Amino acid sequence: MNARCSRAVFIFVLMALITAPVAAHHGTASFDTSKDVTLKGTVTDWIWANPHCFLKFDAMDDTGTVRNWAVEVSNPTDMTKRGWARSSFKVGDVVTVNLQPVKNGAPIGRLRNVVLPDGSTLTAMGPAPAAAAPQ
Amino acid sequence: MFAAPAVAGAQEWNRAGLPDSAISAPKTNAAPAPKRDISGIWDAGGAGIAGPGHESAPWTDWGKQKAATFKPGNGPRAVYEADINDPLSTVCDPTGFPREVLYELRPFQIVQTPNQVLILYMFEKRWRVIWTDGRPLPKDPDPRWYGYSVGHWEDDTTFVVNTIGTDERTWLDNAGNPHSAELKVEERYHRINRDLMELTVTLDDPKTYTRPWTPRNKMPLTLAPPNFDMMEMICSPTEVMEFRKNISDRTNNK
Repeated sequence: MNARCSRAVFIFVLMALITAPVAAHHGTASFDTSKDVTLKGTVTDWIWANPHCFLKFDAMDDTGTVRNWAVEVSNPTDMTKRGWARSSFKVGDVVTVNLQPVKNGAPIGRLRNVVLPDGSTLTAMGPAPAAAAPQ
Repeated sequence: MFAAPAVAGAQEWNRAGLPDSAISAPKTNAAPAPKRDISGIWDAGGAGIAGPGHESAPWTDWGKQKAATFKPGNGPRAVYEADINDPLSTVCDPTGFPREVLYELRPFQIVQTPNQVLILYMFEKRWRVIWTDGRPLPKDPDPRWYGYSVGHWEDDTTFVVNTIGTDERTWLDNAGNPHSAELKVEERYHRINRDLMELTVTLDDPKTYTRPWTPRNKMPLTLAPPNFDMMEMICSPTEVMEFRKNISDRTNNK
C-alpha cells in the first residue's frame, strides 16, 4: 500500500469512527436545558431532513397520559458524522429517549441520546464517542 | 492540472465531511503547495460551521436599525425558535454570499478553468464564478444573492478574490448580523502545502460597520481525498414547512 493510498484509507477510517459537534440553526432559548427527561415510547415517525431531523414517538408521562412527542436533532449531514442514518428508526420501534423539553410544556424537545431496540445508543449532543488517535 | 493525490480507489458515497481531527491534524509531511493551483475538495470541519457573528465590528446607526429587524436563532440576540425570522432557515431563501463562507462553510470543491475559478459548495449545492480574465468589477451593479467576483494570484500560493454587489436581504451569519449592498469582501486563499490552505475573509461595509473586520482569520482548510463524495444538503421549502409545523411553531413562549 503506497503512502497516498494509506492516507486515503486513514481518513476513511477516521470518518467512520469520529463524530463532530452538532451545529444547529438555532440556539437553546426555547429549551429548558436544566431539565433531563427520559421517556420510553413507540416510534411513530422518523424524519430525515433539513434543517433538522426529528423523531416522533408516543410515550406515557407521569400522569398516565400518552402524548406524541417530536424531538429534534441536527441535520442529516451532521448526524451522519455521528453514525445516524435514514434507517436508524422504523415505525413501531420501542425506544428510550433522553431529551431536553421546551419551556412551554408542549411535548417537544431536543434529543440528547436514544437507546434503540437492540440496546445500542445513538447520541446527538455532547462529546463524540472515543476517536482513533491520529497516527 | 490537479495537484491532489491520485485517486486511491472507490470510497463510500455520501460522506458528510472530514472529521475535525483530520482538519486539525498537523500536515508536516505533506508535499509542497503546487503553483497557482487551489483546485480540489476542501473542508474546514467544525470551524467552518457556526462561525463568527458573536463578535462583529460595531454597527453604525443604519446597521443597528437593520439588525433590529433580524430575529436570529443563534448568538447574543437569539430568540425562541418560533420567533426566528432568518430567511434562510425559515423559508429557504438562498444562503447568499458571504454567509455561505462565514457561517455554513461545509465541504466545497474548487475547480480552475483558464478564465474562471469555480467554487462548488456542498451547503445548498450552490456555486460561485470568480472571473480571472482580468475584467474589472462592475460599476453600480444590480444586487445578486452571490454578488460579482473577480480573482487574481497575488503570488504562486495566494489567490485573492474581491466581491461586490451582494444582496442586502441576506444575513452575514446565524447571529443576525446585517450588511448593506455597499459591502466589499476580500477572500484570501493561501495554500500552505498540498494538504493545507488558510482562508482569510475581510469585510468592508462602512454603511453597516464602523470599521472593516475579519470574521475568518487564517481558518485552516484541509484537502479531502479526490474521490470524496459530498452529501447533498439543501433547504427544501417542503421540508422546512414540515419542521416548523412539528417543532418550531410549537416552541413559542405563549
